[in-house]
Amino acid sequence: MAKTITQEFVKGLWDEIPPFRLVLGLCPTLAVTKSVENGLGMGVAVIFVLVCSNILVSLLRNIIPPKVRIACFIVIIATFVIVVELVMQAYAYPLFLTLGIFIPLIVVNCIVLGRAEAFAYKNGVVRSIVDGLGMGTGFTISLVAISALREVLGNGTFYGMSVFPPAFQPFTFMIEAPGAFVCLGLMLCMMNLAGNK
Amino acid sequence: MGDYILLAISCILVNNIVLAQYLGMCPFLGTSKKMETAIGMAMAVIFVLVLAGSITWLIQAYILKPFGLEYLRTIAFIIVIASLVQFVELFLKKSIPALYKGLGIFLPLITTNCAVMGVCLININEEYTFVQSLVTSFSYAAGFGLVLVLFAGVRERILLARVPKQLEDTAIGLVTAGLFALAFFAFKGMA
Repeated sequence: MAKTITQEFVKGLWDEIPPFRLVLGLCPTLAVTKSVENGLGMGVAVIFVLVCSNILVSLLRNIIPPKVRIACFIVIIATFVIVVELVMQAYAYPLFLTLGIFIPLIVVNCIVLGRAEAFAYKNGVVRSIVDGLGMGTGFTISLVAISALREVLGNGTFYGMSVFPPAFQPFTFMIEAPGAFVCLGLMLCMMNLAGNK
Repeated sequence: MGDYILLAISCILVNNIVLAQYLGMCPFLGTSKKMETAIGMAMAVIFVLVLAGSITWLIQAYILKPFGLEYLRTIAFIIVIASLVQFVELFLKKSIPALYKGLGIFLPLITTNCAVMGVCLININEEYTFVQSLVTSFSYAAGFGLVLVLFAGVRERILLARVPKQLEDTAIGLVTAGLFALAFFAFKGMA
């Protein structure tokens, strides 16, 4: 059972990569992946909240009584989400406006709560940090991959730079809501193909 | 009155919470495998969302705003929603056991349903009045229930169809949801 530190990190990047392998945190995945910039910003915010809440939960795991643990986790997570919100408002205001309510909604992102409950509450601080970093990085990679696909096809740009000649007709379907669902579904199918499930 | 009806229609169909605002995806995919669970979840969400929508509006207007504590909104709202769900659970268990049994395990799950928190935040961001907030809360929840029940019906049929192995379960669910979203996209022309 005992995994090395590296294994704890790497599992978040492929074996248990959210949101593909663990089907958690779908709402932000669908909503913010209209452009690579948004996807990346959201990913970084989630990494920060995930690592910080994992640290605190793991430090307090002997103090928090099991019966009210979920409430405690939520309060801890909400604290860090407010930190992210205020920092973004100060230093990345345009991004803060585009991500909108999805920043405060990190509180109810199942990935963060799920890792607190399933991992940090049972493991030491170092492992929890590594787990948070791995899962967060995996989530960011997924977001960037989905948003790259959607932005390139739907808008003809990548991170705001155009990649196609001007004659290219953007496939607008991809950046609208239906495209998000279909795109994620097909990518999930690809992941299953690659993993020989 | 007409304004409220227009607002309700726009929340249920045009800006549907799941298909246009991408909120509440987890319960949407998680509880839509069976019709019964879908109906249970839909009822529970309508019930809690109307309560949560009105209470968070009052908290924002009478506590957070006058004291300049708006930066605490996220933590205040999530605590209110979590305790509200707990309270509703206890209350129903004592006084309306039939309804409690019907909603079952879906009540506690609502705490992490981002549709609830999301609608409360939308109400504040759009600066709706109290009555408008009530209308939007109810209609967003009704829209969620409508789509969830429709989707559960389709998913029960998919179970009978032959689906490629790699597309099974969530993947086909997402693609189907995409087609649903496309259908609901047509309502945008109404607005």
